[in-house]
Formats: sequence, C-alpha cells, structure tokens
Amino acid sequence: MAIHLFPEPQTLDRRTFLKTSAAGGAALLIGFHLPARASDPAQEQEKPPINPLNAWVRITPDNHVTLILAKSEMGQGIMTALPMILAEELCLDWKQVTIEQAPTNPKIYDHGTGGSGSVGGSWLPLRQAGAAAREMLIAAAAQKWEVGTDTCKAQNGYVVHGHPERSYKYGELVSDAALLPIPNFKEVPLKNSRDFTIVGHDTHRVEAASKATGTAQFGIDARPAGLLYAVIARCPVFYGKVTSFDATKAKAVPGVRDVFQIEVSGRGASTTGGVAVLADNSWAAIQGRKALEVKWEEGAAASESSEELHNQFVANAAAKPGSVIRNEGDADAALTSASNKVEAVYELPFAAHVCMEPMNCTVHIQADRAEAWVPTQAPQWAQGVIAEAAKLPPEKVTVHTTLMGGGFGRRYQADFVMEAAQVAKTVGKPVMVLWTREDDMQHDFYRPASYHKCQGVVDAAGNLVAWKHFQTSTSIAAKWSPKGEEDNGQGEFGTGATVPYKSPNVRIEYTLAHSSAPRAWWRSVEHSSTGFVVESFVDELAAAAGQDPLAFRLNLIGESRKIPRFGEEPDATPLDTARLKGVLQLAAEKAGWGKPLPDGEGRGIAGFFSFNTYTATVAEVSFRPRDLKIKRLVCAVDCGRVVNPNGVRAQVESAAIYALTATLKDAITVDRGRIVQTNFNDYQMIRMKEAPPIEVHLVASEEKPTGIGEPTVPVIAPALCNAIFNATRKWKKDVRIRRLPIQAADLA
Amino acid sequence: MAITFVLNGQSKTLSDVSPDMPLLWVLRDVLNMTGTKFGCGMALCGACTVHINGEATRSCITPISSVSGKKIMTIEGLSADGSHPVQKAWIEEDVPQCGYCQSGQIMSAVALLAKKPKPTDADIDDAMSGNICRCGTYQRIRKAIHRAAGSPAEKA
Repeated sequence: MAIHLFPEPQTLDRRTFLKTSAAGGAALLIGFHLPARASDPAQEQEKPPINPLNAWVRITPDNHVTLILAKSEMGQGIMTALPMILAEELCLDWKQVTIEQAPTNPKIYDHGTGGSGSVGGSWLPLRQAGAAAREMLIAAAAQKWEVGTDTCKAQNGYVVHGHPERSYKYGELVSDAALLPIPNFKEVPLKNSRDFTIVGHDTHRVEAASKATGTAQFGIDARPAGLLYAVIARCPVFYGKVTSFDATKAKAVPGVRDVFQIEVSGRGASTTGGVAVLADNSWAAIQGRKALEVKWEEGAAASESSEELHNQFVANAAAKPGSVIRNEGDADAALTSASNKVEAVYELPFAAHVCMEPMNCTVHIQADRAEAWVPTQAPQWAQGVIAEAAKLPPEKVTVHTTLMGGGFGRRYQADFVMEAAQVAKTVGKPVMVLWTREDDMQHDFYRPASYHKCQGVVDAAGNLVAWKHFQTSTSIAAKWSPKGEEDNGQGEFGTGATVPYKSPNVRIEYTLAHSSAPRAWWRSVEHSSTGFVVESFVDELAAAAGQDPLAFRLNLIGESRKIPRFGEEPDATPLDTARLKGVLQLAAEKAGWGKPLPDGEGRGIAGFFSFNTYTATVAEVSFRPRDLKIKRLVCAVDCGRVVNPNGVRAQVESAAIYALTATLKDAITVDRGRIVQTNFNDYQMIRMKEAPPIEVHLVASEEKPTGIGEPTVPVIAPALCNAIFNATRKWKKDVRIRRLPIQAADLA
Repeated sequence: MAITFVLNGQSKTLSDVSPDMPLLWVLRDVLNMTGTKFGCGMALCGACTVHINGEATRSCITPISSVSGKKIMTIEGLSADGSHPVQKAWIEEDVPQCGYCQSGQIMSAVALLAKKPKPTDADIDDAMSGNICRCGTYQRIRKAIHRAAGSPAEKA
C-alpha cells in the first residue's frame, strides 16, 4: 500500500460529493460509514455513529476509482477483499479500484482494525456505496442520451445503452453524476448474488508482488530524511522504574548520539518508561543499550512467578464459589447426586503475539506539527497518543498507517507509539524507536493465563444432565479496569459461555487471579482458551459415555435452533446450531470420520462459534510414545458469504499454524516478576518441517459475511488433543492433554 | 575502515562503517535497502536472509568486515520487477500474508533451487526450516517452490 495522503474530503454533513479533486477536475465522491470493529454490521448501522462519514468512494475523470478508508492491512487480506466488494456493486474490473489509506482525523474516524470485523462490517456499506455510485453514473448517462435509466446498464467500468451499443466510461460521466442527488442507501438496489462475478471468486492478493520483491513498506522501513534510531532499556520486571543510570559507556559506542530517560505514561498507552539510547543506526543503538548501566526499582511485581500464579489458580478453584456468571437449574445438586460425574482441570499459559515485524514507530515532532509512520491497528489512538506526548492538538498530528508485519491484536496497543513520541519530543528530529525481538517478547500484552475446572454428568441415554465450568484467570478487563485489578470475568468466556450442548443444569463461575503481567487481545482472545476447554471437556464426556465424539456432540446440540449469545446484547447474532452442526459434519465427512485407522493413529474433532463464524477441525495424528506426528488438519468454516475464497483459505491456514504454535511449542512463563522467554530459541515457532497439510472446506452460504482472521484458532488445540487421546487408546493408557502447551512428558 | 564488496552486481565501497556492524544493518540503515528484514538478530528466524557468494546467509549475524570482496545478493537484486521465477511462483500461489518474512523465505528458496532444481519435500523441509513465518504460509511456500521448480507438488 502506498502511503499516500490526499486532500481530505471536507464533507462532514451528509453523504455527498466533492466537485473538485486534487487535480482540479470534478470528482464524484461518495462518503459513507463503516462501523468500528463491527462483528455485527446490522446492529452497528442502526446506532448513531460518531460521524456519519468515514469512508469514501472517489471516481475521477481519468477513470480511476479509489476506495478511501481507515482500515489497516496486517496480512489478513482486506486490501483485496474490500475493493472486491465495492467493485462488484460498481460493476468494475476490480483491479480498477485502488485503496487509499485515509488520513487520521479525530473528527471523522473512531475506529481501527480488529475483532475479525473488517469484511463483515464493511459488506453492506461498501455494497450500498458502490450501488449508489453505479445508479448515479447510470442516471448521468441516461440524461446525456435522453433515454430512460432502465434502458442503460453498468458493466466493466462503462455505462452502456442500445443497439448498436453506445457507451460512456465512468470517468466521462463524473461531472454530470456529481450534480445528481445521492440515492438513499437503504433503498438503492443491490445486485442479486446470482449475478456476482467478483465476490465469491478466487482473487489474488493485490499487494503480493510488493511483498515478493521486498518493496512493500512496513513501519520498520520508514526512512524520512535525517532519520535517527533509538532503542529503549526497560525494566525487565513488570512496570518497574528507573532509579538511576550511567550513560558513560553507552555514549562511548560509536554512532550513539544521546542517552536520556523517558517517563512512565500511565494507563492508556501503558508504558513502563525507561532509558532511550539514540544513535545513527539501529546497530549502534542496540550496542549502546548493551553498554548502558541502569539501576531499577523493581517494585512489588518482582516476587511474581508462574508457580505462584499456578498456586493462586489452585487456591481459587478450591475456594468456593466463584462469582456466578451463568446459572440455570441446579448444576451443583445434579453433580452431587450423580454417581458418574466427570471432572477435569485445564490450564493454559500466557501467550505472546510475536509479530514477525517487531514493534516500532517513527515520529517527527516539530514545534507546530508532528508526522508519524506507524504500523498500527489503531491509527486514531496512535494519533491521540502522539498529540499527548507532543502537546499538540490531534489535528496537527499526521499518522501514516503502514503495512504491518503481523498484528494479531498486538498492534492495537499504543505503548510503542507513546515511547516513540516521547523520544521524538526530546530529539526534535525524525526518530524510529525500534524494539528488538527480546523487547517484543518480554514487553508484550499477553493472552491471559487461565485455569478451568469442568464438571459434567451424562445420563444413560447420552443426555447431558449438568455442565459446570469454573474459570480463574488473569483477565484482560482487570488489566485495563480504571479501578485496578477488578473483573467479574464475563469477558473471559466469550462464546464459551454460550454452550451449544443442551443441559437443564448449567453453572459458570469465575474468580480473578492477580498478575502484573500486561494482558490484552491475542488472536481469537478468550476463545483461544474457552474453545480448548469446552471442546476438550465435551470430548471427555463422550469418552466417559462410551460414545463417538461426533455423534455425541451432534446429539447434544440437538435440533436446529438459534441460541441467544449468553451475556451479550440481546441483538447479538445468536448461535445457529444448524450451522455449527454443518461445519462439524463437513469437517468429519472430508476427513473420512469413522473410517478405520491403523493402530497408533487417531482422529479428533472440535467445533466452535466465535466472531459470528462457525469452525470445525478434524486432526489426524499418528502416535508412538514420544513421537507425535500430525498427518493433516481438515478444517471446515462457515463464515457466511465468502468474498474471496482464496483469502479465506489463507486465513484458516494461518490461524491453524498460529494455534499449533501455542499448542505444541513454548509457554510464556514468569520468574521474579519478569518474562523468562527472550527470542525464538526459547519461545519457538512452528516451522516448515513441522507444518502439517491443512485442508480448508468452506460452507456455501448466502448469510452475511462474518469474521475469518481468528475463529479457526480455538478449534485447533482441542481437535489435536482429542486426536491424541483417540490415537493413544490403543496403547496402555489414554493420553488426555489438559494443560497447554503439550509437553514431551505428556507424550511419554 | 573501508570495505568493498559486490552488492546485487554493483561494486560497493563503504568507508567509516563499524567492522562489527552486521550486514543487515548496513543494508537497512546505511544503504536504506529495506527489503531485507530484521526479525531476531540471532540467526533464528531467517527474515534477514541474503546470499553471500551464492550461499543463503543470515545477514543479522554477519559482520560487514567478513563480506569484504564477496558477492552479496539481496531481494532487491533478484529482479527489478518481480519476474524471477521464484517471485512469480510466490505471487501465483498468493504466498504472502503480512509478507514480512517473505524476502528471507524467497532468498532461501532461490538458494535451494540453485542447488537442487527439483527439490523433494524433504529438501524443502531442510532448506526452509530456518525461516519462520508467523502467518503460517508454509503450505503455500512449499507449493510455490514446487511451482518454481516446474514440479508437481508431492503433498499439500
């Protein structure tokens, strides 16, 4: 994506158009509204937005169509999927559309890119905007020809009419169309999906070539003239402070220009402060930091450890009860009176995002303005943070949102932006604050660590009589609570509280565990934990009942119905059990569920609903003691209408590998109040030789599009662990994995 | 200290550069050639892979003094327009997602194909397992290498 700023549309009134463009000619410009983090576009549309216009379609006389929006590309493919939607309704060759990254403007934009919401949230508004533009262009052509609009049609960037055919390029109609009223978005005719020629068809990524040639510009590639580089020494203990520092040796490193302290910036950006080393290049800055001597005030967190956290978990689970999140019937009574109660305890560690591009931010602060190059999922927040540090009004801060070398939720934070702004404020020249891999791994906002105790009872007929799920975790909400570490835990379950398995007695409880480790959104957020727990425990219930895991699930899900999402707004999209059964059955069918396997091989299944999307995976493994091989992952996805099947498959493949790393590789652990892991040697990633074949099967659907970047993550660990259990039944003991990541000792 | 080497076919002399500065930072911060990426600084992830005398090498741990008189090829040197067969295969298979690791992946793949024009899956595992992709594009990388080699994929 070219970082290209354009004269900002001055259209804050209504959906409207601009009569002059940068080139001085007339341009048709239609503003519209894209909801923020919309997992539910219909719901968002009805709420009055902060500003009605935050995205534009611009058509210029030279026949260029530009889609201007504030959405960030981090690999999820929206630079391709979003213009496809517009081009479909606008009847264009989709390659005619270029995307322009909207500039930050606090009066207009209030959103970022996250929650797997871009395509779902943009689907209807983009179609409406494209259709409105199309109808205006048709009307303009009809006027010129003095014929009825119903005799004209739009195709491939032209409006055509009659025999022999007459035509106008869209660009030729712009000045006339711009004088016409913009149709009411709610009434503008949308294409029949049968006529789609772009949406639903495999499409190549628009920016693939730039990424295959090294020309794609990530944040770390920003090179404004006169750029200096800085790294920051931060206290290794969570939120420890600088007591004093001696920069003598650091300043002696060739290329080091300055060493100075930056302050803690409090809650919002949540930085730890530290000592900045400014240099002519990254290497000198890194060497300078190695030579720097800092005394830290480690603070109260210095006694924290993973062992201590585990002990808190165990104590919380033993103390009764947790705060009650959900209670129907009397699960405790049913559990007490049952002779065949099943109980299992699951534990998941902190997890780091580990974007391949380490955090970085480049800022230039001058007396009256600031400019920044930020790989961010939240450009408006970045702008606000820079304005705060620069003591400038936000409108004086220009943020260029760059491509991101991974996001996964990490780049929704503004800590790295605040640090860069603080350094830039001191330096007064363009400066990049670069994080090394060690910085990135040790100063992340981690997926919470959690501990779950599940209890259930199945009767002789295979019906679920009681379901109880207790969780204790270091919640995200507690980290960000204005009152300090407080949270009732509702958000730590997500759709894991909307149990699709019918039971008359359901009880869900939560107790907060305390940690100073920063926590926030990690790909699929709470569902990465509760998906594992729910789909592992239901498998345990099936095994205890002596039933096939798929048949057991399908029976408990029962008839097709819509289950309201527990604990969410009444108008949140309910869980459609037919669609959940659909993905389970599709994955099972494609994986040959039920077909015999040789001894030592097994299959496991898991299905889950998150981000309004239904996913299921069958894992197929072979197992000998100490030797686990994943033969394949068969994934089924129902994310509503698929805009770009190629892009959706890529996201499923990606989520599967991301989840496999968290399942099979290392935990993030804490010792003496600091993160133990440092780099890819002790926090390892799945590599080529370990990556199993991944098959992706998409449900053909006419439902509105829903999230795809995250929802496959929650099903991978349970499918794999259930497969290990299935494979090991032929050995002397069943191996049931209840603690992630899987350890070598688990497979002994 | 002055150091002379051949960079993407052009002779290059640098004066006043720390001899211990890794090639990665010389490329990125001194020469502003940002196609080669920083990932770990410890030769663990492969994002910084370049060719030195034809060998895939991690530039993040390669002191600039050690490349004196050698031939260096970076992603920028493969082709000006993405026309190298490996780059074309990458685009055709839609390998990149975030794309950050892909310069290094491509440089490793090009070095592999130079040695083994028809690599097996095992060859690909061996040659490519030093390159981490956090977006999990491995399956597509494998297909793209087979495509560039003109061979049908074995698996995946």
